[in-house]
Amino acid sequence: MRWLQNYPHFLELAYDFTIQALRPFRRWLKPGGWAERVFVPAEHTGKGLIFNCQMCGQCVLHSTGMTCPMNCPKNLRNGPCGGVRQNGHCEVKPEMRCVWAQAWERSRHMPTYGHELFNVLPPVNRSLQGTSAWINDFTGAAQQNPAGWVAASDIQVVP
Amino acid sequence: MKSEASTPAPRGLVSGSRLERVLKSGRFAVTAELNPPDSADPQAVYERALVLSTVCDAINATDASGANCHMSSVGICALLTRAGYEPVYQMSCRDRNRIAMQGDLLGAAAMGVKNVLCLTGDGVQAGDQPEAKPVFDLDSLTLLRTVRIMRDHGQFLSGRKLDVPPRVFVGAAENPFAPPYEFRPHRLLKKWQAGAEFIQTQYCFDIPLLQAFMQRVRDLGLHEKLFILVGVGPLRSAKIAEWMRTNVPGVHIPDAVVERLKGAKKQQLEGKRLGVEIIQQVREIPGVAGVHVMAYRQEELVAEIIEEAGLLPRRPIGPPAE
Repeated sequence: MRWLQNYPHFLELAYDFTIQALRPFRRWLKPGGWAERVFVPAEHTGKGLIFNCQMCGQCVLHSTGMTCPMNCPKNLRNGPCGGVRQNGHCEVKPEMRCVWAQAWERSRHMPTYGHELFNVLPPVNRSLQGTSAWINDFTGAAQQNPAGWVAASDIQVVP
Repeated sequence: MKSEASTPAPRGLVSGSRLERVLKSGRFAVTAELNPPDSADPQAVYERALVLSTVCDAINATDASGANCHMSSVGICALLTRAGYEPVYQMSCRDRNRIAMQGDLLGAAAMGVKNVLCLTGDGVQAGDQPEAKPVFDLDSLTLLRTVRIMRDHGQFLSGRKLDVPPRVFVGAAENPFAPPYEFRPHRLLKKWQAGAEFIQTQYCFDIPLLQAFMQRVRDLGLHEKLFILVGVGPLRSAKIAEWMRTNVPGVHIPDAVVERLKGAKKQQLEGKRLGVEIIQQVREIPGVAGVHVMAYRQEELVAEIIEEAGLLPRRPIGPPAE
């Protein structure tokens, strides 16, 4: 199913569709209930087949060119490290293409969410590992930044 | 007694570091990398620092670069500040989680560190202990933002307040010589958005590639937002160049450079000449604010190429000469 990643525009439409389809059921989408028992294996299998999902519980695929950044051996969610090989492969796993080289290419074919590749993403909430990203999206847990995190516009950048 | 950390920085400066002053006054800055010793002897650090002290504005203390264990960067920084040198404290996300890193930053600042370089770090596979657990809790961008939150907002990531924030000049790295090339300038922009104030790049051996990168950087207006120091250094021989480009992550050395070294009678001399030439060419590129000189275990050579490139005299840093 990995070939689906090469149709990033289709995937971003599918993402929008999934969110809309789940929205009416959001009052039942709570952690610890039946929904989580169903969703965790479903996400593990579905997103696993397509994206090699690592179940970080904080899905940001639409912001990372429909390429799972948790597949990067350094878990980089904000772009490629400086170690990318000249052939575009990973520094740590030479047989694997750099996650971010792929993310960059795919994001160029994503009219809706492609620009989100340029956003600075907050640190990963490691306590969500293994939980349902879809449920976390609706409860707001996925968007919950560390209490002291400050958005870009509030960091006064003095050149 | 009022501690140094709680006195405000001079007007227009965020840290009062010498590197910040040199860059903000528009002078061409020179930083150099100190090779950390495999030793518990402070003298090993001081001997290396002494060679660099008269040729650069700040000395980078590397954090187990290439995932090889050496004396810690925070330890080296403590020794250097104690003797009056100005270090750049390199922090890599490979070995420590966010709790450790925020604490280390406070410790470093308390010891007088005024420059911090936020790095993701090489993978553990690059070093001689590939069995180690890679941490990578934060990445270089979230680390940058964390340092800025601590400095400018006076709080930890948790929101808990600091009594005295760390007053540091914040830097990041970039590698214009690694794919995806088109994304690199945008990633630099992201680093600025995350809070970077200066940049030190990976080794430059490919001037045309750097020129193309800098063109995009200028198009994005980033040369006015960030001070960019380009990484340069001598190559001792064609064999070492070959070894570096296969084994050191992110180092790109074009075939022409290796061939040039191979063809030379005295390869070490040619490597030095090449380093000097690259510095001179880099200096001509608009938007470049300085150079960052690195050389594996050859501090003397670093001093020589800085001198031969015409970047001296510089005001010496560190304790006054006897």
